[in-house]
Amino acid sequence: MNITINTKDGVPIYRQIANQIRYMVASKLLKPGEEISPVRTLALALNVTPNTVVKAYDELAAAGVIFKRRGAGTYISDEQSPLADRERQRIIEARIDTLLAEAHQLDFNAEDLLDLVRERQLQLDAKKQTEKTAAENLDE
Amino acid sequence: MSELVVEVNNLSRSFGKTKALDCVDFQASRGKVYGLVGANGAGKTTLIKHMLGLMRAKSGTVRIFGEDPVQNPQGVLKHIGYLSEDRDIPDWMSIDELMRYTGAYHSSWDQGYADELLETFTLDPNKKISSLSRGMRAQVALISAISHRPDLLILDEPSSGLDAVVRKDILNAVVRTISEEGRTVIFSSHLLDEVERLSDHVTMIHNGRVTLDSSLELINNSYHYSSIRFENTQTTAPELTDAVIVSGDGRFWSVIHHGSVEPFHDSIENLRGEIVESRNATLEEVFVSRASRRNGSHPIATEVGK
Repeated sequence: MNITINTKDGVPIYRQIANQIRYMVASKLLKPGEEISPVRTLALALNVTPNTVVKAYDELAAAGVIFKRRGAGTYISDEQSPLADRERQRIIEARIDTLLAEAHQLDFNAEDLLDLVRERQLQLDAKKQTEKTAAENLDE
Repeated sequence: MSELVVEVNNLSRSFGKTKALDCVDFQASRGKVYGLVGANGAGKTTLIKHMLGLMRAKSGTVRIFGEDPVQNPQGVLKHIGYLSEDRDIPDWMSIDELMRYTGAYHSSWDQGYADELLETFTLDPNKKISSLSRGMRAQVALISAISHRPDLLILDEPSSGLDAVVRKDILNAVVRTISEEGRTVIFSSHLLDEVERLSDHVTMIHNGRVTLDSSLELINNSYHYSSIRFENTQTTAPELTDAVIVSGDGRFWSVIHHGSVEPFHDSIENLRGEIVESRNATLEEVFVSRASRRNGSHPIATEVGK
């Protein structure tokens, strides 16, 4: 698993681990039934105390994201869908909150922001289209 | 799991006029990792030396596994692995000789484990200790401190003066030790990133006094950083509820605050300020805020930057 720890933003390490696993589940990088790294392996890979990984896994297990098979590893839960939806919602909401706060600082209101998001999407689509055409021309 | 491995009560120690330790209380329970942080000369090493029985408590008591390390050194030391700050291992021995020498002192010495670690660190057992680099020396000292699989591992600045690669190896070996059920680790460091990664509990020592002693989780959740913009220029540091450190100038101020946020937010509103950014404080910010409290009895200290 690809987890990175940042000690510069004040988020507890166990929470960073739990959040990144939630994110990987919500974005289907980790699939239902898939086994995740054992506590010790992850602790060694991240150089954090195993107690921290245990805490992250306990939190995820309590939330139903993962489950432990006694003596046989830790797995991503099968029934993800309602939870994964809630998780996707939570992740995107956190991003929106940040965006709104920043927009407020720069004197944009929510309406301006919506317009900008739509406009930006059109630009990105157009760019993708141009690239696709260019690639097709190259193929010929 | 609440079994106390280390109990230090009301320990004081002076060197001449300097108070190295001033009424220090410290407890460590089984299976946890304790980070001991503080500036150079804060008293970390002095505290560690008392735990090892290398110094006798002049006032106060020290109990390790319920015993006095000065009264019963053998009984206590056989359960302890210790990596000193100066990695004082004999220069004239070869690595192999040191392993056999240290092993002879410990009935629980695990040569297989020592060999495995030597291999991990790619150390040649025939090499003389005097010929080793600083990093290799630290690795050898660590191996001799953990190969008897101690119940309590005490590391004094385990990674100071080491490059990033060796440091990672050393920390990895420490994590491995920790992950063995029931082992307790106490390590001092001024690398707060390392302390945050490895510890369950953080004890900060400043001028011989314990200024903070709490689980890492509680520290993370109870200290916050906020950056604030005021409507009007503030000529002096704004008086904010529960603020520990206030720095900045003009309309923009950064604050480390402690405790619940509502009273803090109210006090900002009263001064017609607005929070621009807010998050949990990093361990480094907490450390700086605790170290700069000039007097422990003042609940609010203000420190104006620049």
